[in-house]
Amino acid sequence: METILQVRDLSISFTQYDRGTRRRELPVIRRLSLTVEAGQVVAVVGSSGSGKSLLAHGILGILPYNSRMEGEIRYRGQPLTPRRAEKLRGREIVLVPQGVTYLDPLMQVGPQLRMGRRDARARGESRRVLERYGLGPETERRYPFELSGGMARRVLIAAAAMQSPRLLIADEPTPGLDARAAGRILGHFRELAQEGAGVLLITHDLALALTVAHQVAVFYAGETVEVASAADFPAGRLRHPYTRALWNALPQNGFTPMPGAQPGPGEEGTGCPFAPRCPRRGPECAEEIPLRPLAGGLVRCLRPEGGDGL
Amino acid sequence: MKHRLLFTGKKLIRMLLLLLGVSLAAFLLMSASPLDPLQTNVGQAALGTMSQEQIDRLEDYWGVNDPPLQRYLGWLGDFVRGDMGTSLLYRQPVTQVIGQRLQNSLWLMAFAWLFSGLLGLALGLLAGANRGGLGDRIIRGYCLLVSSTPTFWLALVLLMVFAVWLKVLPAGLAVPVGVDAASVTLADRVRHAILPALTLSITGVPNIALHTREKLIDILESDYVLFARARGERPAAILLRHGLRNVALPAITLQFAAISEIFGGSVLVEQVFSYPGLGQTAVNAGLGSDLPLLLGITVVSAAIVFCGNLIADLLYGVVDPRIRRGAARA
Repeated sequence: METILQVRDLSISFTQYDRGTRRRELPVIRRLSLTVEAGQVVAVVGSSGSGKSLLAHGILGILPYNSRMEGEIRYRGQPLTPRRAEKLRGREIVLVPQGVTYLDPLMQVGPQLRMGRRDARARGESRRVLERYGLGPETERRYPFELSGGMARRVLIAAAAMQSPRLLIADEPTPGLDARAAGRILGHFRELAQEGAGVLLITHDLALALTVAHQVAVFYAGETVEVASAADFPAGRLRHPYTRALWNALPQNGFTPMPGAQPGPGEEGTGCPFAPRCPRRGPECAEEIPLRPLAGGLVRCLRPEGGDGL
Repeated sequence: MKHRLLFTGKKLIRMLLLLLGVSLAAFLLMSASPLDPLQTNVGQAALGTMSQEQIDRLEDYWGVNDPPLQRYLGWLGDFVRGDMGTSLLYRQPVTQVIGQRLQNSLWLMAFAWLFSGLLGLALGLLAGANRGGLGDRIIRGYCLLVSSTPTFWLALVLLMVFAVWLKVLPAGLAVPVGVDAASVTLADRVRHAILPALTLSITGVPNIALHTREKLIDILESDYVLFARARGERPAAILLRHGLRNVALPAITLQFAAISEIFGGSVLVEQVFSYPGLGQTAVNAGLGSDLPLLLGITVVSAAIVFCGNLIADLLYGVVDPRIRRGAARA
């Protein structure tokens, strides 16, 4: 199977000015690693404020001007340089954003899908792709404010599918939808994966991610803390204490809340950012912790669950 | 369509109420003014030579001693019938004076309005698209400089440069001095209007440019522009396809709101250039205690400004699909 996307030790930081002239670097994503294979749905799960959306923008090369990105991104074996990203985005690498605000409010759906092309072929393509997602030809003449939440998501997926993508990045594509509509949207992603694309699904909803993903990368305070297969979750083969806590917090798994809050950007300190909330922490957790393979997945923890803790 | 008519009707009723309020306010301010209409219009010396009996007759004729409410209602009754009274200063019907002056001013203001609107829009787009760049800094600096410059001072500077030093343009008035009214050419009129129009245009630009710049920056930071970038649209295409489209609506509002600013600016500019337009006449009427003329000018200019805003509102309904289609469905 072809590896579509490989991200290694990606860091994204912002330059901020606080109180006038003092500049500081605000790290939002630190040491993020993940891999997406062709035909696979990989979910990136983390609570809000963990920098998930920036991962998508970083891969597409559309980060804001005051940000800096380090680390390695490889797309189909080759480094994804800014120039290459510029060429590929919107063609092979596509984004499915959150909702209707990502559509130009003053432009009809059809022209928006076709991005300025007016030829008959483009018209045929846009009609076909709308039809594929259950939207009639009249949708082309609608303005975004005339779309329901579910329709808007389907239009956004149609925009992505129109390009026959190899890598599809979905950034929180389901909030505001009921469970059935959300399930349908995720089904479309699975379908695109079956056609050979790699899908990177960025979400805060672990339960929803598990219904569609093959692999789950768990994100905490800007770091990948664990990469597990979807099957590891119900089987209880979880490695990182945070993943365990996230799993246990789901309504169907006991609804156990976890005290404390995730540290914000720039508040992590050294060592494991989860240590202050961790039931298994030890003195060694204040050091740098590498992401290492464990039981078929990856974990960034010195005292992992079910592992041979020190 | 029915909705649109209802909307327009409501707006027109509001305009009538507004005009009523404006005229009443102007009237009360004038009644409270310390200027004695008799003295300013007859003249100190002439007043001194008149007998008390003559003065009483004149006061009686002008209704100086009638209660203010009665005078206002009298004016209002005539106004509704289309009679704005007679100007004390010009000894002509107010309608005629305003008509003449408005004609002089209208070209001036129309030119300044269009020019400052277009230039402001262009500069604003340029600055917003190159935010933080050299062009943006220059345009912003220019705008801040001009907006902190008093209009009359700018008018004086232009007058000094073009009329006094370079001697290429006339220093004031609307027509050449000492020339028969019949032999005044259009070119003469245009030459006399250039400096006042230029001053008005220059002072109108910064407001529109800076607002357009802010709006464009908001648009360029919006979700839909981010998505357009993610889909590989080029910056120039984004600016043309999404930037211009979305800047159009606030630009309409700005452009029509600028009418009131142009009106206000014309008062000062026409004063400096002794240009016989509506603005200068308003000043004369105020200082000369010419109540009918001042009321007339106030009401007419308020109506023009209100109509500008009304046109903007109506255009919104045509341009913005959310209003056009939303209303059609409701």
